[in-house]
Amino acid sequence: MANVQAGVPPTDKALDVERKGALARSDLSRQRLRSAWLFLTPMLLVLALVAGWPLLKTIWFSLTNASLADLEGAEFVGLRNYWEYVDYGDGEGEYFGLLFDPQWWNAVYNTVYYSVISVAIETVLGLVFALVLNAEFKGRGFVRAAVLIPWAIPTIVSAKMWAWMMNDQFGILNDMLMTVGILSAPIAWTANPDTAMWAVIIVDVWKTTPFMALLILAGLQMVPGDVYEAAKIDGIHPVKVFWKVTLPLIRPAILVAVIFRALDALRVFDLIYVLTPNNTQTKSMSVFAQENLFQFDKFAYGSAASTLLFLVIAFITLFYIKVARLDLGGRGK
Amino acid sequence: MPYVVKRTGFYALVVFIVLFSIFPFYYAILTSLKSGTALFQVNYLPVDFSLSNYEGVLSNGVFPTNILNSVIVAVVVVAISLFLAVTAAYALSRINFAGRGLLLLTILAVSMFPQIAVLAGLFEMVRWAGVYNTLFSLIFAYMIFTLPFTVWVLTTFMRDLPIEIEEAAIVDGASPFTIVMRVFLPLMWPALVTTGLLAFIAAWNEFLFALTFVSNNSTRTVPVAIALLSGASEQEIPWGTIMAASVIVTVPLIVLVLIFQRKIISGLTAGGVKG
Repeated sequence: MANVQAGVPPTDKALDVERKGALARSDLSRQRLRSAWLFLTPMLLVLALVAGWPLLKTIWFSLTNASLADLEGAEFVGLRNYWEYVDYGDGEGEYFGLLFDPQWWNAVYNTVYYSVISVAIETVLGLVFALVLNAEFKGRGFVRAAVLIPWAIPTIVSAKMWAWMMNDQFGILNDMLMTVGILSAPIAWTANPDTAMWAVIIVDVWKTTPFMALLILAGLQMVPGDVYEAAKIDGIHPVKVFWKVTLPLIRPAILVAVIFRALDALRVFDLIYVLTPNNTQTKSMSVFAQENLFQFDKFAYGSAASTLLFLVIAFITLFYIKVARLDLGGRGK
Repeated sequence: MPYVVKRTGFYALVVFIVLFSIFPFYYAILTSLKSGTALFQVNYLPVDFSLSNYEGVLSNGVFPTNILNSVIVAVVVVAISLFLAVTAAYALSRINFAGRGLLLLTILAVSMFPQIAVLAGLFEMVRWAGVYNTLFSLIFAYMIFTLPFTVWVLTTFMRDLPIEIEEAAIVDGASPFTIVMRVFLPLMWPALVTTGLLAFIAAWNEFLFALTFVSNNSTRTVPVAIALLSGASEQEIPWGTIMAASVIVTVPLIVLVLIFQRKIISGLTAGGVKG
């Protein structure tokens, strides 16, 4: 719909006027084409500098023996950071590299576990929130505003707020759960290996459910009201209407929201780094990469981890673009 | 089910949602107003009203400088990305050229980039350019997430404007730059406010780059400053101070979000659901 090709619409006037018009038109579109590239160049240049080049460099570093102190002296070593077989002679040998590193696989496991569970909870809870916000009731504006608050709070601040609430001795969470009778003794949520991951998931669910709810709400609001009218007249039970009508209609919105959140969850860094520092039970792929890059002085190894994480996310993004069937031609829906 | 039960159940759910959303922040405020040993008693209602934590965090140390750093970085990032995005969005939405779809796809792909994937390369660049430990490194690096997002949302917005609005200007022979500045910009304030605000929040909250490219206490931005606030010893975490600092950096955001509530919701969904 937005294809602006020429300003002058064709007229029924004399032929030479038409021809002149065509000439002017092609002149005009050429001028517009030139300015299009002029407008795009600065933006593309910045993106190439800030995303394209650094990505290529990261991949390059993953194929070298770079160290933090000596980035310039990095030498190509092939795939050694990913995969290396060291032969000890007499038929004995050992595999090294990222793909054989149990700590890396532990980070992969943590990340996937965290992503699947937190996104699943957020989807269900987000759906409930969205259904509530979609209903007519007094004070809906206030509830909608309240729901936005966790989203607006910086992740670091949420992590600190919850770390305090989950404090083993003075935390209000233990106090609440003990008052209600769920817990008999306080637990160290963030330090205990059994609960650390759940602490991370709880904070993430708190922080991102609003986002999920808003995306699903947008889908809900596109469902035409007469669908419900018809179901009501036919005397169909609301629960059945939800499963048979509402849910299928908002499925695309939910799917997009889930993929969006999953991509976000897979690269989690801040929350885990601040809430449960140095904890093997929660270490994510991003944390693993950052540690190797800047704390363990294994720059090349960290780059290899970053590259693998990038590949995983790239595949999911391609999948998302396919699923969402994005309208890239700009021709409207 | 009788009507009353249903109604009560529904409102119970509403109350749960509200408490779930605001209680942690409420508790942070409550904690920040406590002093001394009161901090170590669990209270559900305010018992103390002491501003000593706020005085502490604002008077000594570099926290005020950190706030200033965050404001500078976020404002400059928003200004640059909006300027680059408005002209780019015009080209992407109103001018037909070969490769437009591919370009949009690339921009969308960049917006999904995990920050960690460019961290090593950016770090080398930042050191090479001599901007390590300066705010320039952050202003530059933040473009990776603010620029694709603003371009994407503004393109969607501009695409939906009718052709007629620029027809007259084209007939009058106005240059594309004039068209953007005179015709589109006045119409785009709502979209600019929304995307600008979302970009501001993203830049204000960023942590990984800020942690990596700046190691100097007085050059840090607030998220890193808060994450690294520590007491005299490992065991003595200054919870009161941390909560006061958290409230200080969060209140402006919450006020902005509440004022622009509707716009933010539409901006968020434009970035996500609408293609």
